[in-house]
Amino acid sequence: MAEMTMVEALNLALDQCMDRDADVCLMGEDIGINGGVFRVTKGLYEKYGARRVMDSTLAECGIIGTAVGMAIYGLKPVTEIQFSGFTMQAFDQIEQNMARMRNRTQGRYPIRMVMRTPYGGGIRAVEHHSESREAYWAHTPGLKVVIPSGPRNARALLAASIEDPDPVVFYEPKAVYRAFREDVPETHETMPLGKAQVVRPGSDISIISYGAMMRVCREAVDDLVELNGIDVELIDLLSISPMDTQTLSESVSKTGRCVIVHEGHQTCGVASEIIARLNEHAFEYLCAPIRRVTCPDIPFPYFQTEKQFLPDADTVIGAVQETLAWE
Amino acid sequence: MPDELNDNPDPEAPTPAAKGQFPELKHGVKSSNMDTSPIEPGNIEVLQILDEHGQLDKSLDPPLDDELLVKIHRGLVLTRAFDHRMLTMQRQGEMGTFAPNLGQEACQLGQVIPLSRKDWYSPSYRSFGAQIWRGWSMERLLLLWAGYHEGFPPPAGVNDLPFSIVVGSHVLPAVGVAMGMNYKSDASCMVVNFGDGALSQGAVSEALNIAAVDAAPVVFVCENNGWAISTPLNKQAATENLAVRGLGFGMPSIRVDGNDILAMTVAVDEAAQRARVGGGPTFIEAVTYRMSLHTTADDPTVYREEELVDPWEERCPIRRFETYMKYKGLLTGERIQQIHAECEQEVIEARDLFRSTAASHPREIFDHLYEQLPEELEAQRDAYLRRLDERGGSDG
Repeated sequence: MAEMTMVEALNLALDQCMDRDADVCLMGEDIGINGGVFRVTKGLYEKYGARRVMDSTLAECGIIGTAVGMAIYGLKPVTEIQFSGFTMQAFDQIEQNMARMRNRTQGRYPIRMVMRTPYGGGIRAVEHHSESREAYWAHTPGLKVVIPSGPRNARALLAASIEDPDPVVFYEPKAVYRAFREDVPETHETMPLGKAQVVRPGSDISIISYGAMMRVCREAVDDLVELNGIDVELIDLLSISPMDTQTLSESVSKTGRCVIVHEGHQTCGVASEIIARLNEHAFEYLCAPIRRVTCPDIPFPYFQTEKQFLPDADTVIGAVQETLAWE
Repeated sequence: MPDELNDNPDPEAPTPAAKGQFPELKHGVKSSNMDTSPIEPGNIEVLQILDEHGQLDKSLDPPLDDELLVKIHRGLVLTRAFDHRMLTMQRQGEMGTFAPNLGQEACQLGQVIPLSRKDWYSPSYRSFGAQIWRGWSMERLLLLWAGYHEGFPPPAGVNDLPFSIVVGSHVLPAVGVAMGMNYKSDASCMVVNFGDGALSQGAVSEALNIAAVDAAPVVFVCENNGWAISTPLNKQAATENLAVRGLGFGMPSIRVDGNDILAMTVAVDEAAQRARVGGGPTFIEAVTYRMSLHTTADDPTVYREEELVDPWEERCPIRRFETYMKYKGLLTGERIQQIHAECEQEVIEARDLFRSTAASHPREIFDHLYEQLPEELEAQRDAYLRRLDERGGSDG
């Protein structure tokens, strides 16, 4: 075990996956000598060389499109899109080829690739650097969408995504990149994709969240438990698609109340899908309407306003109290 | 700041001059590091070996063996016969929308004749002549265009990509395959086909640039047929030729008579050979003409005068090659007629095989998206299958 930030843990996963499998290669802007703008690929260019750690031209669509071709050829590219706001440039290739090549060719060309990209607000970045549009990819058949919340699960989920036979969109909460350290085992570790984690069992209400908002939720839960004596069950989704409906419905069947928290916009967001599934699987257990805590349907504002824009612990506490008060 | 500068005077620096008095050029020569001599554009070779009158430039006649030449002729005739039959089938309701390739047969076959089984090919949706040459059966192509998913995957042992209907979106993956060859030190190459319209897509420019920067073993064949549906070339590009585009990205570029099967074969062969030994990509503009429809859903009389098409009748790629084959003593007029009849028969047999074997598999639509179907999709599949079961009959 070693104490690591999420950036260091992701770097460890990449290093170990490259070491284990010569077909794993990295592609992205400034990921070589520069080690990536957030330094997630630091040292890998020196260790594995320019053939396996490829500095791409400044073309996100080009990165994803050529990675699809490399995957068709049998390689396992792990791409870095510098900021998730720039994945829109690659939407074409994600939708037309990355997500559906396997289906189009009836399994002849599986696309074993990962699109890594830092997402979310909170680091005082310029426009197009703070988006949370995971719902786009969850809406796209053929992709898997994974979002870790801390160093240890980030490492294990990235390793699992690289080893997965299907294309994975891997959103990294950049507000968490260096926010805290966690013990991360030095030996290779993976976690199954498509499984949520009950972080804190409880009986009064379920809070479902993922990514950077898990920090906000933990803070809210500490307050709710310690100051208000509310027994909250906190669930870390980890995988947006496929989604672990079973864990979610079991939790809400037990608590009867639920608040969902994410940074992404509200309309057709991940919370909407969770509510639909809970309606299908846990409707008879619900004691109150399920509430959503999300960013409003407004483009992410310039950074002097981001603190107000992003949900915080007080927003979550308010939503929990309102849900508990429902009779 | 000015004081600091004065502390470290540069003895070579020109002495401060009065306003308006610029320093003289030393010995009349500019001292700047920027080369200000005019930039010469690179050369674009233009290649035609066999012209529309069947006249041969003997100095360029490639040493292709007789058997191959006969096979090429048959390939051209078969492509046209297949195109003609598909159009009939479409008009009779047996085929979905497809893009006919009348007049572009040489352009297509020339792209793939120089390729080995180890090389890769990435077709566009109009490339079925090339696909047949590469080993796609006509029954499979009929399945594909009649809407059966089973026709989509490349046949086993054929290193081809599926085409992508969104114009130009297959070019980046094609470059990626070639990058994979570099990664694995595989001395093969990729030929990717697209049209003049595709060249307007940003993704195609990205593909050209990446291939050039990475010296990827790709041959880009831009089939300039003059039209992107109703949009003529002069509304698609402001340059007089499209080969200049490749040059702009820093790769050798050539403009070829796309209706001259010899020129196409030679140009692609040279580019493929260069690519396989680390020479990087080549851009080939193949000049041809879309004599028929964009697709069967299109009516060119709305936007195109028939007189525009007439000159291209004379430039028919098949007729001029038949003149060449007679000149070579490889085929007689009588034998040529027989070959046309044989190809027609071959197409009819493929059609009959297609008719007797085509079957859709609606129960299998969930089988190929993921390696293992996620649980949440299992529920959707079960509901879908129940629906089919309830309907029974052909749906199930």
